[in-house]
Amino acid sequence: MQISGAQMVIEALIAEGVDTVFGYPGGAIMNVYDEIYKQDGFQHILTRHEQAAVHAAEGYSKASGKVGVAMITSGPGFTNAVTGLADAYMDSIPLVVISGQVPMSLIGTDAFQEIDAVGISRSCTKHNYLVTDAKDLPRVLKEAFYIAASGRPGPVHVDIPKDVTAQIEEFNYDIELDLETYKPNVKGNPRQIKKAMEAIAEAKRPLFYLGGGIINSNAAYEVRDLIHKTQIPAVETFMARGTLSHDDKYLIGMLGMHGSYASNMAMSETDLIIALGARFDDRVTGKLSEFAKNAGVIHVDIDPASISKLVNADYPIVGDVKNVVNEMLAQADSIDGSRYESWRETIENFNALHPLTFHEDSERIKPQWVIQRVGEILGDDANISTDVGQHQMWSAQFYPFTRPRQFISSGGLGTMGFGFPAAMGVKSASPEKVSVNFTGDGSILMNVQELMTAVEKKLPVINIILNNNFLGMVRQWQTLFYDKRHSETDLSMQPDFVKLAEAFGGVGYRVTTKEEFDAALKDAVEKNVVAFIDVVVERFENVLPMVPAGGSLFNMMLLEKKEDK
Amino acid sequence: MTTDNARRVISVIVVNEASVLSRITDLFSGRGYNITSLTVAPIPDTKYSRLTIATLGSVKIMEQITKQLHKLIPVLRVYEHEDMVEKEMALVKFDITENLSDINTICEAYNGKIVNAGESTVIVMVADEPKRIDNFLNSMKRYNPKEIVRSGAVALER
Repeated sequence: MQISGAQMVIEALIAEGVDTVFGYPGGAIMNVYDEIYKQDGFQHILTRHEQAAVHAAEGYSKASGKVGVAMITSGPGFTNAVTGLADAYMDSIPLVVISGQVPMSLIGTDAFQEIDAVGISRSCTKHNYLVTDAKDLPRVLKEAFYIAASGRPGPVHVDIPKDVTAQIEEFNYDIELDLETYKPNVKGNPRQIKKAMEAIAEAKRPLFYLGGGIINSNAAYEVRDLIHKTQIPAVETFMARGTLSHDDKYLIGMLGMHGSYASNMAMSETDLIIALGARFDDRVTGKLSEFAKNAGVIHVDIDPASISKLVNADYPIVGDVKNVVNEMLAQADSIDGSRYESWRETIENFNALHPLTFHEDSERIKPQWVIQRVGEILGDDANISTDVGQHQMWSAQFYPFTRPRQFISSGGLGTMGFGFPAAMGVKSASPEKVSVNFTGDGSILMNVQELMTAVEKKLPVINIILNNNFLGMVRQWQTLFYDKRHSETDLSMQPDFVKLAEAFGGVGYRVTTKEEFDAALKDAVEKNVVAFIDVVVERFENVLPMVPAGGSLFNMMLLEKKEDK
Repeated sequence: MTTDNARRVISVIVVNEASVLSRITDLFSGRGYNITSLTVAPIPDTKYSRLTIATLGSVKIMEQITKQLHKLIPVLRVYEHEDMVEKEMALVKFDITENLSDINTICEAYNGKIVNAGESTVIVMVADEPKRIDNFLNSMKRYNPKEIVRSGAVALER
């Protein structure tokens, strides 16, 4: 059939099974938006900022496992979206982001709202396209969805000049993809897997190191089976929270900069790391030369470039975690889990020595208490997103996650302003769950305009602001490493968050006691509304334990015992 | 090949498409790798181009460069040369009053000759291994070269 480039975009999205598109129109993308107006194949959610459109698509993708889609215009529309692209790239989130571009005849003339979008996005996307002929659109869009979701997932950017969206051409989406230069290795070498299993059987203190790749490849339940079958303890990265349920007896906890003492000590004492979809990030390893010094390394990852990049792998296995873990499961009978009993005891002792906890305060609410309390009240019924800062780390430490895709946060890039729009995306993908966004008084103001989107589109996100009148994490570093010089981190001057929520048609609560918090959360959940719960918390609370940047994992700053205080 | 920061030469075979060269160079600059020289041309009768990149790095860095290049969607093949024939070209312009017969004799030793003679200048061309091109240019200093241009290396595995 002969249709315009703009219609091709719509037809391709529908053919890809897209049900929700986040976006913001503008001059160069208007032909496409005109077709959006005419169709009912998917819903379009108008955010109030392009960055938020991409974060919402990320949240949608993380919660659903599907490819997220965002649509934006040229120039400032595109540049606003770059942070979202970079965020998705760092966290391997499959997205297709479509931008309008000035007409072909104006490209390179510094035309109104022109920017070299593909030039800018090249370093923060898995791949990108400038489509110069509508004849290429079906192939490009099909490739874009395939590349975004396959191999190590990531964002793909498609830039389409305005005249190309107006061009009429034959449309046929029933195309066989021919990408001879792109063939991700998903299977995992059987010989290497066999060798790895032999190494596990011989190890005395093996440790599973679970990364976000497990969530991306939907392998969490297979990983649970493997861990239960082998009885080997496991630590999770920040990105892997929810792979194991919080009450799983083999889960030690999160490791890394703000990981638990037991997790980091286990990592320091292990003789065999079994890394699944984890990339030995600097926030996890601390000082590399001191990291797991006596351990052999099995490293399973779909991205060959991640293997042996920072820590040398003795058993490198390139493949999709799900496939490799299934193969390991088939060979797991050879492993006698009772061998590791004393190792598990050692870890329990670590945990007993310095459990992950905090000191309650009778006068002020502790931020960790808020997170635990939401866990007690909502638990599995909530999907949790976060912004970036102290509240983010406390969420990862203290929320009782029960399943994969329950925890959605900006790990790699650490994007303040991610949480609220991402939570809207989560809510649209998973409407049956309560969508809670833990945020800070700094982070929430970075995309606060999305109150309007959430209210208009009836996406009842409950934003819990852990309000300490500080850029808390920077303040913590200033306290610890800059002799308490709190340079430009004091946020004493703040809006009235209750009125702010109300001004947009949401509901606001100001909370200073635990009782008020319980009542506010109950009310917000029952009313099913967009809410700000502004919780006044202890100002100077630190996220502990902590491995100072560049320090050794086993050398942690720990919570002082109460009697020491 | 185990020395740290040794000079290394890699060949990259890519699909001939818009912006593929900047994808490659962006990867080098974005990750802090070094490019000593780069040559690129289409491979005849195919849809591919070949890049020859001379770079500096340790074995570990080279492994990353190779893997990261291979992650780029239009990249078909990446390989580091170990046993190769490698050539580079240089063009040098002299004043016509210099000792041209000496210059010509030296050029011949480096697979070269005078390729152009004008009213006041001559241009010589040599094609040889990069190290020998260095030597040639050193030996040419005494003839007061007016302009020197050298290409990047091209290489083929033996």
